[in-house]
Amino acid sequence: MKVAVCIKQVPDTEAEIKWDTQKGVLKRDSIDPITNPFDEFAVEEALLTKEKYDCEVYAISMGPERAQDVLRNALALGVNGVYHIMDESLSGSDTFGTAYALAAAIKKIGDVDIVLMGRQSTDGNTGVVPGELAAILGYTPLTYVAKIREIDFQGKKIVVERAIEGGFEVVEGKLPAVVSVIKGINEPRLPNLMGIRKAAKMEIPKWTCDDLGIEKNKVGLSASATKVVEISVPPPKSQGEILKGELDEIAEALASKLLDLKIIK
Amino acid sequence: MGDVWVYIEHREGITSPLSFELLGIGKKLAQERGGKVCAFVIGENIDSIVKDAFAYGAEKVYSVTDPTFKTFRSDLFSKAACGLVEKYGPDVILFRSTTQGTDLSSSMAGKLNVGLCADAINIYHENNVLKMVRAAFGGRFNVTVANERAVPKLVTVRPKAFEMPEKKEGQEGELVKETISVPESDALTKILDFVKSAVTVNLVEADIIVSGGRGVGKPEGFALLKELADLVGGAVGASRAAVDSGWIPYEHQVGQTGKTVKPKLYIACGISGAIQHLAGMRTSDCIVAINKDPDAPIFKIATFGIVGDLYQVIPKLIEKFKAKLGK
Repeated sequence: MKVAVCIKQVPDTEAEIKWDTQKGVLKRDSIDPITNPFDEFAVEEALLTKEKYDCEVYAISMGPERAQDVLRNALALGVNGVYHIMDESLSGSDTFGTAYALAAAIKKIGDVDIVLMGRQSTDGNTGVVPGELAAILGYTPLTYVAKIREIDFQGKKIVVERAIEGGFEVVEGKLPAVVSVIKGINEPRLPNLMGIRKAAKMEIPKWTCDDLGIEKNKVGLSASATKVVEISVPPPKSQGEILKGELDEIAEALASKLLDLKIIK
Repeated sequence: MGDVWVYIEHREGITSPLSFELLGIGKKLAQERGGKVCAFVIGENIDSIVKDAFAYGAEKVYSVTDPTFKTFRSDLFSKAACGLVEKYGPDVILFRSTTQGTDLSSSMAGKLNVGLCADAINIYHENNVLKMVRAAFGGRFNVTVANERAVPKLVTVRPKAFEMPEKKEGQEGELVKETISVPESDALTKILDFVKSAVTVNLVEADIIVSGGRGVGKPEGFALLKELADLVGGAVGASRAAVDSGWIPYEHQVGQTGKTVKPKLYIACGISGAIQHLAGMRTSDCIVAINKDPDAPIFKIATFGIVGDLYQVIPKLIEKFKAKLGK
């Protein structure tokens, strides 16, 4: 009974962002990093699953040296083990390259029943890695999960509620499965001092492409079919209009202007 | 070659006009490469969807029908879709970046071994290379992504990023019916139930959104916002601050950890405009900001702004709309 949880280190949204315009990739070393907010829910769900079903939980992150911080945080929270996928040739991977490398790590951990991850990252915002990962591994894709109702590790089944347009879909899936979670599935806990102290001393195992048997022609910047070719600041919105005057006049003016747009029928 | 395919999403045979929105940009992209714009539909009873796809401009429609495809399931739909793709070889495939479009496209990308560009807000060919523009970091940057070699090139597109194509009833085209059946025993998932949300209007599809933030101050305040929304035919949205305060459920949240929306009109009430909120709504066509604080960042992106107390402004606005709309 094993659960793997994928976590990504992302730049803090509030931070100033710098791009390597030559390569079209982020200068990640210039930004305050945090754990992707959606992944915090995935880690919490993994810990809740561990407490309820007594399974093992392993956290994986792919990224440069400093990405080990998010893994150390997961250790402090109480996961059984962590693995850091780090290899220069992975740098610049697109979503497929990322999913391919994560799939290799999950296979290496072996016998993983459930892969948990956030529904998307707040930097790339693509939300496609969970689906790609499930397809590469041949696992059941269960995305946008708002609640895990039940897991039957022996019977190889899981029942979840998915938040999709217009409502909640209750789905039974076969295990193994990739489960991506949304905000609100739980309340992520904070690590306690003892956990932090313990995690600070632990060794973070690193996996390179060779360790994972990854074909280098499938990952990294040069292998990615999709490439960033230009980064620009969107043109500023034309100067807006602040309506001034008595409340009655302003409301009258705004109502007229909005009706003129012919959006309200 | 050079054909552009558009995935037509539906829920058990039910569509909305927006299900067909990408046939417009699809046609333009196909023309740039001398190909055809084609729709593909997978389902059980989809005759009327096929008809509508032609009406919205599809030159060719590929359809796959089977009882196992009654409800969308990405594991099964992606098998059928990959089968079609391998047989007919489209150049570009467009999906809406909804949950269904994202699920299907990502499953296909994993199976077909190709990359995918997600949530594009613009797409064009330049020197025969497909280029896609997407918003990064809360819309503070536009990133242009080129896809030179993937076959096919998968793209998900932000809902409402492009004009709706014109609907011409009775327009016809070539229908290709494909038989692909997957035995139920091969399915990885089983749909047990669908619980309709209490929120009647879908935020992502809404043309008008009236949204409330910290300045609303209490749960009852959202009743006032709902009154305005109902009057103008809109949906109610919220900032993270309002959701985290427990004033309104999470499914209303707009922003980085909520929904990304692009309505024609977004009325932000008591929302200061934190970067995380702007990330979810800054591409709205017209933004109205109502806020007590004249220095609130929301005014920087607003088309129209009113500095004032929403509890005074909104009732007055409701009064004016009622008079003008004769309601």
